[in-house]
Amino acid sequence: MILTIEGLTKVYGALRVVDDVSFTVPSGDIVGVIGPNGAGKSTLFSLVTGFLDAAKGQVNLDRKPIGSLSPVERARSGMVRTFQVPREFSHLTVWQNLMAATPKQSGESLTNLFFRPGRIREEEDMNSQKVDAMLDFLRLSHVAHTPAGRLSGGQKKLVELGRALMTGARLILLDEPFAGVNPVLIEEIAERIRELNAQGIGFLIIEHDLGALTRLVSTLHVMDRGRLIASGVPAEVLANKQVREAYLGGTS
Amino acid sequence: MEAYLVAMAIITAIYVLLALGLNLQYGLTGLTNFGHVGFFCIGAYTAALMGQIGIPWPISFLAGAALAALAAWPLGLVSLKLRDDYFAIVSLGFSEIVRIVVTSEQWLTKGVQGITGIPKLLGFLGTGLTQSLAVLALLIAVNVLAGLANRRIVRSPFGRMIEAIRDNEEAVKALGKDPAGFKIQVLMLGAALAGVAGGFYAHYIGYIVPEQFIPLITFYVWMAIIIGGVGRISGAFAGTLILMIFLEGSRFLRGVIPFVSEVEMASIRLGIIGLALVLFTLYRPQGLMGDYTKR
Repeated sequence: MILTIEGLTKVYGALRVVDDVSFTVPSGDIVGVIGPNGAGKSTLFSLVTGFLDAAKGQVNLDRKPIGSLSPVERARSGMVRTFQVPREFSHLTVWQNLMAATPKQSGESLTNLFFRPGRIREEEDMNSQKVDAMLDFLRLSHVAHTPAGRLSGGQKKLVELGRALMTGARLILLDEPFAGVNPVLIEEIAERIRELNAQGIGFLIIEHDLGALTRLVSTLHVMDRGRLIASGVPAEVLANKQVREAYLGGTS
Repeated sequence: MEAYLVAMAIITAIYVLLALGLNLQYGLTGLTNFGHVGFFCIGAYTAALMGQIGIPWPISFLAGAALAALAAWPLGLVSLKLRDDYFAIVSLGFSEIVRIVVTSEQWLTKGVQGITGIPKLLGFLGTGLTQSLAVLALLIAVNVLAGLANRRIVRSPFGRMIEAIRDNEEAVKALGKDPAGFKIQVLMLGAALAGVAGGFYAHYIGYIVPEQFIPLITFYVWMAIIIGGVGRISGAFAGTLILMIFLEGSRFLRGVIPFVSEVEMASIRLGIIGLALVLFTLYRPQGLMGDYTKR
């Protein structure tokens, strides 16, 4: 699943929060976007996933323009995002969070509920096995029946990743998956992303914190004040003088 | 005394139906419906008007439920465009519009004079205690059915999804699920329950006037589910019972407290309920039937 962004722009009054941003996430690749706070990274995600309307520019998924699709339709076409501040279903258990994300459930129809309970039970059993396997993969089995609202920040990020995976997404957009997560869990999450990527799932990852990200991605884009100021292999990008000045406060 | 207790039980059971509907809407889906009494009113007038021309109650109750649900549909569409707090205002406005319409359309509803002589339910049993007990039994049966239907919904993928919508609607959209259909269905379902409650009310009281359908009724139902525990089916039952005991019990305080007029007492009763509500939200926000392990 190839994502192409062309000239994407978002304006708030006189402020160009995202300014003419273009890049491509090749099929099955891991691409990172870094930048200081307020650089427009999260806004870029919202534009790509349809949660915000772009003033200008185009978003293509597998070369088809998706700019007119709603967030729901974009997610259904196989591109699913997570949020910077985790949006777990806090009163539902971790297991229920993942179950809810399973697509095309006949038990979501009220008529089926009262007239085809057998079929729903079968589906639930089937989906439940998939969820159990996913929780196992994400090392969340021990909290399967804990309300998601009571998890730690890092665990919540894993729940969001798990939900995105349950939808069968081919491209997952992670918004700061490592922020506020303890170092041990960061390595865990990074390892899971590598394993999933080996299965062909593409990732576009926003990060503020560079450490884990630079070791994970093949391409790194740097945003500053809405603009893309550098792109390339992580080592090259980080050596870039402009990047050091804008982002790393490279006065040294 | 028995007649009084049965009468109270009947009113309580009618309110339980209202509470079950609101619990589905607010408790499970997070829809801040401040216009519940509008659906109650539509159900009551439909059943009353159809009852007067001799249509059997099971049919008129279903018609009342259907009309209430139908009225909820456009409101559901509106709710998709609005934030929670704005929906609260719009739904409150809706119930007031319903009340004004039944006040003004005198050719149909007799306006402020209201509809009188609505036939008693199960009238072949006479007008004594037996008839009242039979109505109560019928209501309890309907309550149990509604409670079981609610439970089936809560424990299903549908129930899981509406709770997910309540917890975070944006995240639901991000997973490729459209909250719109779920919200509209839940609003219509809750309205239908309120419509049935209206049918029972009209036939039990025997007369209806627009003044019986003021927003205070909506807020009584809100109090009941807050006391009982938002999102809990058992809470709808327990909360309604407690509310009724408060409302009726405080009536007897008049005998205990001297020098208080009837009007003052009515205000004191509301004050007591308000105080109870404040204490509940302070010390037991999850309600009577909420999870005891939380907070």
